[in-house]
Amino acid sequence: MTADRSPILLRGRGITRRWGGLVAVNQVSLDLARGQVHAVIGTNGAGKSTLINILSGETPPSSGQVELLGQDVTTWSQPKRARAGLGRSYQRNTIYPAFTVFENCRLAAQARTPKPWFWWQDARRCQASTGAARDAAARAGLDAVLDRPAGLLSHGQKRQLEIAMCLATAPQVLLLDEPLAGMGAEETERMLALLAELRAGHAILLVEHDMDAVFRIADAITVMVNGTVIASGTPDFVRHSADVRTAYLGEH
Amino acid sequence: MAESSSGNPGLARGLFVALCGLALAAYPLVAGAFGLDLVTKIMVYAIFALSLELLVGATGLVCFGHAAFFGIGAYAAVLLSPASEPGNLLWLLPASMLAAAAFALFMGALSLRTQGVYFIMVTLAFAQMAYYVVHDTPLGGGTDGIYLNAKPVLAIGGQDAGTPWLDLNQAGTIYGFTLACLVAVFGFLAVLLRSRFGRALAGIKANEQRMRATGFSTYPYKLAAFVISGAIAGLAGFLFGVKDGFVNPELMSWHLSGAVLIMIILGGLGHLRGALIGAFAFALLQEFFKSEAIFGAFAKHWTLGLGLSIIASVALMPRGLVGLPGQVRARLLGRSDAVADHTTEGQP
Repeated sequence: MTADRSPILLRGRGITRRWGGLVAVNQVSLDLARGQVHAVIGTNGAGKSTLINILSGETPPSSGQVELLGQDVTTWSQPKRARAGLGRSYQRNTIYPAFTVFENCRLAAQARTPKPWFWWQDARRCQASTGAARDAAARAGLDAVLDRPAGLLSHGQKRQLEIAMCLATAPQVLLLDEPLAGMGAEETERMLALLAELRAGHAILLVEHDMDAVFRIADAITVMVNGTVIASGTPDFVRHSADVRTAYLGEH
Repeated sequence: MAESSSGNPGLARGLFVALCGLALAAYPLVAGAFGLDLVTKIMVYAIFALSLELLVGATGLVCFGHAAFFGIGAYAAVLLSPASEPGNLLWLLPASMLAAAAFALFMGALSLRTQGVYFIMVTLAFAQMAYYVVHDTPLGGGTDGIYLNAKPVLAIGGQDAGTPWLDLNQAGTIYGFTLACLVAVFGFLAVLLRSRFGRALAGIKANEQRMRATGFSTYPYKLAAFVISGAIAGLAGFLFGVKDGFVNPELMSWHLSGAVLIMIILGGLGHLRGALIGAFAFALLQEFFKSEAIFGAFAKHWTLGLGLSIIASVALMPRGLVGLPGQVRARLLGRSDAVADHTTEGQP
């Protein structure tokens, strides 16, 4: 894999996180390249969400390094990483339920052009953010419900809105924490189509429990058990790995 | 909300606020001295409540030490005034607001590192610190407080101090000046809350973690809101000190911090007009229960009546007085307006 064909946008090196005596994430290294969906799977409590939290800057690692676009960002705050092109979605919906769909996206897009000192200017006239919000909502398939309060959306639409809010900030790297959780078959198909479309311009980390979906869409899969990576490679490699069968798939 | 029976809610809100302003502007034509002083006091409370609404209602920061800024504004008005002649409003007012803002910067910078109930307690602790500084040191006359010898005037250039533009020594003038300040603060906050800054505050209130993940450094936003709020509270304190011509440590006491919180809760959090309505409702309830003409000897237990009526109104009107029309409408039509009402949050 040469740097030209698939440039590495996010790189984790030896990431470890201890909570007291518990090692939640143990020496995890992974690369996210543009044009790739890299799935992280594992049982509950395997450390997947902690890993996302460390990569996005929400939780500091006990040791290890995070590189974003070639820069060491280990000591950067989460907002700073986000402004540098790192977007994430949450496992539980973290939309702003009282705002309209459009305002959810617009507020996210505003992070790119915050300009808080223009206190006299109506935020709705901020063209950079309104434009980006419309685009993001359209890409996520929400253009028909722009004026609806986000709290009134269906569960599937809320998950789409999570993605739209990510996209509104024009990220290069997407860390998606279980975007398919709780979705019906039709909604899952729509979300997978969206992810496939986003793959071209982004490096995507996908934490997901839906194995069918993961094996369909992922270009690379990392399997974690108790905070440790037990296998990492192409879907075929992971599917046939004896370790994975015994440690993870075998348990089902 | 747009399809609800009340027509255009933005227009209705604007009309309500404009009518309030007109009524307040016309009030001196019919008011006596007592009424004029009372409504001036209430308008000062309204400015104070608006400043806290910016923190509690708009940003989700429950500050329980807001009286500190109010008191600092009031004390600054007195301490910065010249000993024997009237001070000039032109610099006295900004200086008082600046003093309150400076303390807000200090208090906010430290207390905003905490969250939730700790934030409430830390703000209370800072305010108590300020309280005991004026209470136990001779700086501001100690427990006795201190008098303002000459009320400030607005004089421009080398104008003769005998005929200033505005002389706050007259009840009518201070009424008008307070009303002008109230209108200016309301207008300023209404514009501010619609701006990018205001929308970011609304996002912080809704979900601060999500705002950080989106790329907003939320701490500077909260600190800026805290300082703006402190400056406006300082303005209210300034007006209060000038109106009474006297300040004492009670202006910084936690009772006042609590009272202003009750005002905005009573009026309805998340709406600027809630602060306005709440200040009037609170002060008028207070006057009502204090009235010996109505309650006779029992009037000296006015806090009991006030407390019970506040408990009752919070229990019966969870969204405050602002939410009352919607609540009544929902009851009549037999449906819930809860979600529709939420979308209007942050609007004046």
